Amino acid sequence: MTETSAKASIADRVAEATPPTVARRVRSLSDRAIAWLFISPTIALLLAINIFPLFWTIYLSFTSYKANRPNAPIVWLGTTHYENILSDPDIWHSMQVTAHFVFWTVAIETVLGFALAYLIDRRFRGHAFWTTVILIPMMLSPAVVGNFWKFIYQPQIGLFNYAITFFTGGDPAAFQMLGEVSLAPWAIVLVDVWMWTPYVMLICLAGLRSIPDYIYEAAEVDRASRWRQFWSITVPMALPFIMLAVLFRGIENFKMFDMVNLLTGGGPGSTTETASITLKREAFESWKTGYSSALAIILFVAVFGLANIYVKALNRVKQR
Amino acid sequence: MKKLLALATGLTAAALVSAASVEKASAAGELTLCWAAWDPANALVELSKDFTAETGTTMKFEFVPWTSYADRFLNELNSGGKLCDLILGDSQWIGGSAENGYYVKLNDFFEKEGISMDDFLPATVLGYSEWPKGSPNYWALPAMGDVVGWTYRKDWFERPELQKEFKEKYGWDLGPPATYDQLMQIAEFFQGREIDGKTVYGASIYTERGSEGITMGVTNVLYDYGVEYQNPDKPYDMQGFVNSPGAVAGLELYKKLYQCCTPPGASNVYMGESIDAFKSGQVAMHMNFAFTWPGLYKDENVGGDKVGYFPNPAGPAGHFAQLGGQGISVLANTDNMDGALSYIKWFVGLDVQKKWMELGGFSCAIAVLESPEFQASSPYAKTFLDSMAIVKDFWAEPAYAELLQAMQKRVHDYVVADQGTAQEALDELVQDWTEVFESEGKL
Repeated sequence: MTETSAKASIADRVAEATPPTVARRVRSLSDRAIAWLFISPTIALLLAINIFPLFWTIYLSFTSYKANRPNAPIVWLGTTHYENILSDPDIWHSMQVTAHFVFWTVAIETVLGFALAYLIDRRFRGHAFWTTVILIPMMLSPAVVGNFWKFIYQPQIGLFNYAITFFTGGDPAAFQMLGEVSLAPWAIVLVDVWMWTPYVMLICLAGLRSIPDYIYEAAEVDRASRWRQFWSITVPMALPFIMLAVLFRGIENFKMFDMVNLLTGGGPGSTTETASITLKREAFESWKTGYSSALAIILFVAVFGLANIYVKALNRVKQR
Repeated sequence: MKKLLALATGLTAAALVSAASVEKASAAGELTLCWAAWDPANALVELSKDFTAETGTTMKFEFVPWTSYADRFLNELNSGGKLCDLILGDSQWIGGSAENGYYVKLNDFFEKEGISMDDFLPATVLGYSEWPKGSPNYWALPAMGDVVGWTYRKDWFERPELQKEFKEKYGWDLGPPATYDQLMQIAEFFQGREIDGKTVYGASIYTERGSEGITMGVTNVLYDYGVEYQNPDKPYDMQGFVNSPGAVAGLELYKKLYQCCTPPGASNVYMGESIDAFKSGQVAMHMNFAFTWPGLYKDENVGGDKVGYFPNPAGPAGHFAQLGGQGISVLANTDNMDGALSYIKWFVGLDVQKKWMELGGFSCAIAVLESPEFQASSPYAKTFLDSMAIVKDFWAEPAYAELLQAMQKRVHDYVVADQGTAQEALDELVQDWTEVFESEGKL
């Protein structure tokens, strides 16, 4: 039996097995209607768990609603919450903390991630093993990472202080990574870099491996130096991938909560209180639902706007 | 044939008996009790087995770690969830839970069952049951008495060489401190000292930022230094009461204690971390709620004769301690109201209260606490009673969560992050609290 005749017989059997009424009904639907039929469950789900809450949050952001006062009247406040948030120095402080965290983590992860990808791409002996080892941190749960780095940073028993003072001398208990205002913001940056550099490396590695060998061979023929090849071939061709990694890490770290919450809880004082921690405190500890909805919308617009601008830039780079 | 009849009769009887017991169990139903996950909760599980044996009610328990206890259960209450039939809610929740109708008002039930609040320590009735405060409106039965107190390394304090050195340095005998000045001196004395080849530190105090830790710690000093939450003659008037010169001095002392005399890395310490510091032999003294004392007493390394207990020391303006603990309330939306109320009725029994204390809970019943057996029952019994006599509590207003968050921020910023002055921190706190009460329409 040929392949074509086998397919025909399967189709015949399916046609026979389909009840005539159903078949007729399906036949009478247009392609567009069938498409809608298939995507409507997904759309319903999206509307229920994404779109409706978004519009509900927008509505709440203009009201005095507090989730812990279900019986209190809801008063329409207009843009009062937005005005208060944008003129609140504590909110601006948490934005600065977030900006510091996002900038330094993304910058360091990009440089290190690309460097690691470049090394791994050399395909040296044992590179597969080292790739797996490097990837381990990103496979862990942020909750686990937060907890064990808390122990690593412990001034009396933690490895970090011992390692530093092993090289510099002095008393390991003389400084506290999580308890000092000057060090705590860098402590959380370091943990994020440790955990997520492998992720950036993975994306960059995909970019590096997508560059065809013949381009390097042509450059060799033209006697282009390694340095020139790196700047004229490797970097421009891997750039869309690097930018993608920056986008992913930027968005992720803008809304960073779990790891920072476990490591410092936003402290000491409010030194590491990122926007997400402020949002959680206002929403679920102070129960200022209307106010926190406005803050959530502002954060959403900020991330969405910045991501859009960035994606446009990314597309432009890709088109070059 | 007779045998067959006897067998049939037996089977029928057995079926009837089992049907009756099934009916009884379903009538008694089941109850879910919500609380924090800690040692007293385990004691309550043990205790509640007697209730199940007596009534046939199946008891289920929902225990949540302290760090997420408030988040979890306030969320449950606010969302109208039906997880809990009974709850041991924190003392500060009483205002919100009463005003929002989450808890059942128990006055009629108490009257009907002959339960008198006079049978409980007055401080626990005020702290755990009453809303508005000072009015005879009861929303909970005092269930678990708790208060912030201190433990110290008795074995270190009793070492002759340390006693001699201490006396020479400070001019008084090394012993449990009666005032905060004395506590400070002892903490300084032990800070960084080598004991048995190990570096030890003065004291472990609450510094936690995320939930309520630093507030539950600093208030012990602030009360002693004269902090009042409001003008006694003008409710919600806080200017000059929360940020009085005494309050500033108290806050400065807490910061001094944190900076001088706590172990390295103690910037985010609450109950768990504090007890760990003491159990691991790091500190000479440790601040914690009294519920930790039975466990510490049993500890192989630092318990028994090695540990001593003392109430929160006095300050220049008085002698107070921060109230902890919880009352037990019935949820208004429970499907098993009769069962929940019968649990309260059972729990209040004297024998049950005595057993509660034996198992590791802290009863609030006067008959239990003032009995000679209790006073002789453990080395910490007297300290517990002395501490319960001097308690004060944080705001229990419906807006307590906002008030607490503001205090956590202002105090942590000053004490741990070393930002601004004590006066600025307290002035800002008054400003924050004023805004909260203004938004509540109380100012």
